[in-house]
Amino acid sequence: MDITLPILILAIPFLMFLILGIGGVKMSRKLAGVLGILGMGSVMTLSYVVALTYFFSGDAAFIVDGVRQQLQVFDVTWLAFTDRLVVNIGFLLDPISAMMLVVITTISFMVHLYSWGYMEHEPGFQRYYAFLSLFSFSMLGLVVATNIFQMYIFWELVGVSSYLLIGFFYKLPSAVSASKKAFIVTRFADLFMLIGILVLSWYVSQTPADGPLGGASAFNFMMLNSQPTNVLASTLGATFMGGSVLTWAMILIFVGGMGKSAMMPLHIWLPDAMEGPTPVSALIHAATMVVAGVYLVARFFPLYCIVPDSLTFITVVGAITAFYAAVVACAQIDIKRVLAFSTISQIAFMMVSLGCAYNEPVEGVHYSGLGYMASMFHLFTHAMFKALLFLGAGALIHAVHSNNYTSMGGLRKYMPITHWTFLIGCLAIAGIPPFSGFFSKDEMLAAMFSRHWFWGAWMTMVAGLTAFYMFRLYYLIFWWEENPEYKNGHKPHDAPWQMSLPLIILAAVSCVAGFIPFGELVTFNGEPYHIHIEAPVAATSITVAVLAIALATVMYRKKNSMPEKMKNIWPGLWTAANRRFYWDEMYQWVTHTVIFGCICRGIAWFDRHIIDGTMDGLAAVTQFCSVKIKGMQSGSVQTYVAWYLLGAILLGAITWICIL
Amino acid sequence: MDLNIFWYLVPSVIMFAAGVYGFITRKNMIAMLISLELILNSADLNFVVFNRYLFPGSMEGMIFTLFAIAIAAAETAIAISIIINIYREVGNSDVASVKQMRF
Amino acid sequence: MFSNILIWFVIVPVLMMAGLACCGNGNMKAIRGVMVTGSIVLLAMAVWLVVDFLGLRASGVADEMLYAGSWMWYKPLNIHLAVGVDGISVLMILLSAVIVFAGTFASWKINPLPKNFFLWFCLLSTGVFGFFISIDMFTMFMFYEVALIPMYLLIGVWGTGRKEYSAMKLTLMLMGGSAFLMLGLLGIYWHSAPEGGQLTWNILEISHNNSIDAGWQNLLFCFTFVGFGVLGAMFPFHTWSPDGHACAPTAVSMLHAGVLMKLGGYGCFRIAIFLLPSAAQELAWIFIVLTGISIVYGAFSACVQTDLKYINAYSSVSHCGMVLFAILMLNKTAMTGGILQMLSHGLMTALFFALIGMIYGRTHTRDIRQMGGLMKIMPYLGVCYMIAGFASLGLPGLSGFVAEMTIFFGAFENASLFHRVFVIAATTSIVITAVYILRVVGKLILGPVHDEHHLQLTDASWWERLSTVTLILCLAGIGFFPNWINETIQQSFVPIINALNLAAV
Repeated sequence: MDITLPILILAIPFLMFLILGIGGVKMSRKLAGVLGILGMGSVMTLSYVVALTYFFSGDAAFIVDGVRQQLQVFDVTWLAFTDRLVVNIGFLLDPISAMMLVVITTISFMVHLYSWGYMEHEPGFQRYYAFLSLFSFSMLGLVVATNIFQMYIFWELVGVSSYLLIGFFYKLPSAVSASKKAFIVTRFADLFMLIGILVLSWYVSQTPADGPLGGASAFNFMMLNSQPTNVLASTLGATFMGGSVLTWAMILIFVGGMGKSAMMPLHIWLPDAMEGPTPVSALIHAATMVVAGVYLVARFFPLYCIVPDSLTFITVVGAITAFYAAVVACAQIDIKRVLAFSTISQIAFMMVSLGCAYNEPVEGVHYSGLGYMASMFHLFTHAMFKALLFLGAGALIHAVHSNNYTSMGGLRKYMPITHWTFLIGCLAIAGIPPFSGFFSKDEMLAAMFSRHWFWGAWMTMVAGLTAFYMFRLYYLIFWWEENPEYKNGHKPHDAPWQMSLPLIILAAVSCVAGFIPFGELVTFNGEPYHIHIEAPVAATSITVAVLAIALATVMYRKKNSMPEKMKNIWPGLWTAANRRFYWDEMYQWVTHTVIFGCICRGIAWFDRHIIDGTMDGLAAVTQFCSVKIKGMQSGSVQTYVAWYLLGAILLGAITWICIL
Repeated sequence: MDLNIFWYLVPSVIMFAAGVYGFITRKNMIAMLISLELILNSADLNFVVFNRYLFPGSMEGMIFTLFAIAIAAAETAIAISIIINIYREVGNSDVASVKQMRF
Repeated sequence: MFSNILIWFVIVPVLMMAGLACCGNGNMKAIRGVMVTGSIVLLAMAVWLVVDFLGLRASGVADEMLYAGSWMWYKPLNIHLAVGVDGISVLMILLSAVIVFAGTFASWKINPLPKNFFLWFCLLSTGVFGFFISIDMFTMFMFYEVALIPMYLLIGVWGTGRKEYSAMKLTLMLMGGSAFLMLGLLGIYWHSAPEGGQLTWNILEISHNNSIDAGWQNLLFCFTFVGFGVLGAMFPFHTWSPDGHACAPTAVSMLHAGVLMKLGGYGCFRIAIFLLPSAAQELAWIFIVLTGISIVYGAFSACVQTDLKYINAYSSVSHCGMVLFAILMLNKTAMTGGILQMLSHGLMTALFFALIGMIYGRTHTRDIRQMGGLMKIMPYLGVCYMIAGFASLGLPGLSGFVAEMTIFFGAFENASLFHRVFVIAATTSIVITAVYILRVVGKLILGPVHDEHHLQLTDASWWERLSTVTLILCLAGIGFFPNWINETIQQSFVPIINALNLAAV
């Protein structure tokens, strides 16, 4: 493939960032918006060209004997630590990166367009578009990374663009602290990822250059993934606390993914990140950046597969997180928080699905790589419908000027476009055919059942919860009881076309995306797989979803006292769920009381009083002595002489005694 | 009577001790200066004597003494000029009245 | 002698001093004219030197030190004015020139006594440049002292707050370090040649002679490393740094944190490790413990400070600890990272101190509790502060990231558990750094405006913009294209690595 397109895909957003960031102050809003949208539009077109060429051209570079190939379109040295630890910046084209290019640029373009309407009256409009471009650049760089270090670089950059965008309304203290929290929590996770990379790459780089791993950089994905057993061999020698080095390295790297993808217990930043502008939540905190963790695991899938312990770890973390987030989502009032927890839950779904995949044929399992394919499929469909839901929520907030469903209700009459698109989103996420979520979720559940019935049953339950809380939200926003304020004065209405158009497009995509022959395009080893619906699994999940929706309908369609009664059966549970099971309070206590209060203050005190006290003490002792003996310099010559004489006699006496 | 080295050294020690005593006890700066000269002269005497008795072949002690006498004269001149200046300033030549040079 | 370009790095500041001496005390125009001309000449010379140096290296000149020259100065002790540079010193000279340039513009409106301020400032630069060009230990030490002494007056006269106390403390502690250093250097000199040979101060000759026996090496290593370590703000000899920086005027803080503290790190590897390799291997662990503590300790202390300059000073303790930590890892990658960290920290702290000075000049407070929402009032300075912060917490694309990663990957090459534990402890600093940087940014730059009076304040003037833009461009330059610097530094470490290998056998 010609390298111009890939370079342009990365260069345009970056240049856009520089242009809008530096020149934005002097630009009119309109020019900045148009520039941003045009820039992203062109990147989207280029990405489509690249992805379509990759998937469908049938070129021998991309597909050999029906197997899709990985190729590094370009790969240039950026920094060489040692001969074997060389950081390259490149462009890796393979099924998942091509798929991600499409997802990122599509959602990003929609958000650029949507923001033109949504952010119209906000100060700092140009800055906003600059940050969006920076984010798009970083995210694209992340998915096309040819090596783990490049991924880490862009991983940090998406972190910082997320920080900047969450804190976009920088005059609000809540936005500032949310952005800070998001950055620090993900940074904390990145620390583990860095240590994981250190460990993995060091062991791999210890193999001789002409050894089984060849002379390639120890960071390179293609090298690592094509020779997983060799990597294992090179790291087998050492163990640490019962696990092989590779297991530890892979788990540490996954912890980085846990931070970005808001898995328990590092999920606390994502709900707060909703302080950012809603389109940003749609782009970063629903569709693209938060799935980086899933993408990371998928990228390293061959390595994860050879250390099954790490896959089990991923499955367990995912399963717990999915359930936890679904329960919490049932008790939130802020609609964006419901969606945020829903995102956490869905990402955990993808994680479990990946954890349940195998990379080689297993007896009794119909298709071993199903979990991988399904996870990527769900990543794709989820990005579309979750962005749709968030943008819909943005339209609602734009109209009502509140984030809480308590000030909504009965909106279906006032905002028909929003209503219908939101409903499509809810159906998709609930897993009702023929909407896209059904297909991907069905494949994921099938994969989980093939690993162990427990995971399948557990996640089916989570899927039921998902359907319940989404329809609870839907009914509370659009049905329930009409807010009396709408009658007199302020009437909510649908958003302008810049905002409605993305909703309609994404809704359309969510309707049809399930019929994409995804298995033909993206699989763990590049060989096509023909998706077919597993009837028993599908039947169960549809039944569960329908039942959950029915329950939600009964409870929330019209205003009634049932929710209140149910809440009062066990009020402690509802409050705990509403307060997210006190995770934030726990972190607050640890960071503020223990780390700030004890460690930092303790060290600062120690420094001022003990270390500096010692230094000041030395000075004080010197001064004390000099004050004490300064009286001897009395100004009287004769006293000096007397002292001198005494000293001389004394010295003479000592000398005399010593000599004798 | 044979004059051995002690005939010279004893007066020198007496001169020295008298000089030290005078330097410490006198209040008048002129008197202190005279005491100082006594000390200096006793040292000069020692130089000459030791040179004469211990190293009869060489002349360094003698020459050194000549130097010392010359320099002592210069030093006395400076000291007296300082004393005169102090006298002009404070009206007497009492050493106790110039105690400003302290810590 | 005057045909050697290196000498001119010392002569130009001296000429600047002469020029300043001719200016009238109140004549700002003439004073600025001299300073701007001089600093531009220095910068141009430094850039030319780097380009020419890389050209020479590319054309295959393999000498350890280029542009070498040596002139006898005091025969009985065999003291020379010996100059020469390798890739590291060249970069250090460039760093110094950039910071002198930026510092000149940052102190555009210095008051009172502008002429005297710049006179001392030039003397300080003379010392700094002289230190980096010297390869004779004696002249090196002399320039080192020349660079330190003006600090006393610069802080004591032009400083703020408890300036006399801080100036005294800083000078005394650094002089204490110098005393150790002098002992170490004398010891090296007396053992610099085998029995009966001509004793020498020349670093290359000493290393070549390799005649210091192991017992003496251990003692001298402690002396020299502690001596330079005091200037490199090594725990527990770092307390001059917070007080000194807090009270120093802007340009002095910039030059001091930006360049002077680098003298410590530079001396540590150029003298302590290069000349005493076997002791370095034997005793490195002691100092790894101390610098490891520095890194984490400085970062934790910075978390609870309320004075902007204290935050930055403690952050410097942490970052400079990283420099020494990297150098003590005794392998090429980590040491390269150490030098990158020196460059990065130099530029970044200079930027920080410049910005703090500019903010202080407007709000007349450095207490973060009394400020807030500056982004709305002075967006330019706010953005610059955030960029400096991002460089400090290691954002890819700025120099801090490159330096830290090189250090971590290099340090991880030492396979012993001891080293590994300390490396991992050091990596935690990237999180703690993020905490204190974001805390300051959140309180100071973002958030609602704290003080209504601040709304009248103005944004940066052109000289302030020039000063900050220069530094930001350098930070981003290293961050985007690190490899040429990396290669230049790695090449220059070859002799040191050889010396270490030789000692290990």
